[in-house]
Amino acid sequence: MAQKKQYERPIIKPLNTGLMNKFGTKTEYAPVKMIDGAYVKDLIKEYGSPLFVLSERKIRENIRNAKRAFETRYPKVQFAWSYKTNYLNAVCNIFHQEGSWGEVVSIFEYKKAIKNGVPPEKILFNGPDKTDDDLTIAINNNSCIHIDHLDELYRVIELAGELHKKPRVAIRVNMDTGIYPMWDRFGFNYENGQAWDAINKIIASGKLDLVGLHAHIGTFMLSAKAYGVAASKLADLALSVKRMFGIKLTYIDLGGGFASKNTLKGSFQIGADVTPEISDYAEEISTALLNAGFPTEDLPYLYLETGRALVDDAGFLLGTVISNKRLSDGRRATIMDFGVNILFTSFWYDHKISPAQDFSHHTEESVLYGPLCMNIDVVRENVTLPPLMAGDQVVVHYVGAYNITQSMQFISTRPAVVLVDMKGTPHVIKRKETIEDVELGEKIPDYLEKFEL
Amino acid sequence: MKIKPNLAVNETGFLFNPSTGDSFSLNPTGQEILTLFKQGKSDEEVIEHMTQEYMIDKNTVEKDLYDFKIMLSNYKLGEEQN
Repeated sequence: MAQKKQYERPIIKPLNTGLMNKFGTKTEYAPVKMIDGAYVKDLIKEYGSPLFVLSERKIRENIRNAKRAFETRYPKVQFAWSYKTNYLNAVCNIFHQEGSWGEVVSIFEYKKAIKNGVPPEKILFNGPDKTDDDLTIAINNNSCIHIDHLDELYRVIELAGELHKKPRVAIRVNMDTGIYPMWDRFGFNYENGQAWDAINKIIASGKLDLVGLHAHIGTFMLSAKAYGVAASKLADLALSVKRMFGIKLTYIDLGGGFASKNTLKGSFQIGADVTPEISDYAEEISTALLNAGFPTEDLPYLYLETGRALVDDAGFLLGTVISNKRLSDGRRATIMDFGVNILFTSFWYDHKISPAQDFSHHTEESVLYGPLCMNIDVVRENVTLPPLMAGDQVVVHYVGAYNITQSMQFISTRPAVVLVDMKGTPHVIKRKETIEDVELGEKIPDYLEKFEL
Repeated sequence: MKIKPNLAVNETGFLFNPSTGDSFSLNPTGQEILTLFKQGKSDEEVIEHMTQEYMIDKNTVEKDLYDFKIMLSNYKLGEEQN
């Protein structure tokens, strides 16, 4: 008996002779069957679907490339891993193994960094919400506190007196870097003199050790030049501090915000074509600092809190088609077993999605829905994919940043996370959530224990 | 399903409807099913043929055929349609 042929769902697609899309984006029918040597099918069989997969090789490659880009342009560079981007301990420790310090924005993250073994003096404590208890811990540990607002500044001065310590602090500075919208909610403004006033208060108090200046000018910054502007303005402040008070600041911290290869919703061009390379950011920042007027021996350290650009493309979400349906207007809809609850970034990215098995070159447009019984659960409003059938698997790209930390336990439990190591061996770095995990903190009052139906 | 007899389909799956000037692209299974319909085959015969020829079960073909026929009707390729 002759071998039966491979089946593909029958499709018919109208051919329109309208204007061509000048951006001519590529149709995703090339399958992605492996991640760093681990087969997608095997991963799903072993660990279930959906499943987050992280590539250790890609993470290490990214941080090494970033370090190379900066260190070949500027002599004193220190990366600090942005915990909020992805604080799975295994991921943090890869960055720490590569020499990154810890950058945290809450006491929760601070404690995670300490538990991971980061020396407290190598933790940069950002964020607007630091209680007295939090500040006390950071001061006693000699961590560097990045002061966000005047209330915090006064509290740190008071606590320094109470604790008889001289906390190491930096101030967060916001500024106009020529981009819109300007981020002015974090820190003290440069242009209106607030930043300079804060510096004066710190120095006048005599109780704090001003060691640095910090700026976080925005997120997913598509302009590298804005960082050049920011570096120049921070350098100007640092030089003024030296000139006026004779204090040499240890570092200038340019924060995070470098873009990843994802495509922002509404963007005509795909992210990989328009986002600056890490070397573009490095060039702007290094040039600005080197040209600012620091004597060579007084060049401050450059601290960087890059998160997204170092981990986004190292993360994949594997998923499975639950069903196909035809909407009332004739559009095809595909229901996946992952939704916005675990793929939070689908609210602002058009994620690249690849099939995980072979298809012909024929494709169709589809809406991609998640499995939640909620109308907002739309992963892609419009995506061109091969004719997927129930049970077919897909790979969602660039999901390493902000999904695991922002995923919601909503309607169903969260999936496992697997790290594929440098040799292609998968390791579970977070097991699939269980109902017991979710109910761990719950308590039922006695009178609600029983009921009859 | 009765298909318009004047539809032209070539070997690459390009379909032309001379009545309206519309053209379409079919994947190989779509092309095969359309050809079977043009030959006057019934739904049951098409399903039987596909399960014989392809690595697929009857239920899946039945679901896919249901959807495919809706699309043929939407594009006005059935004989009763203008």
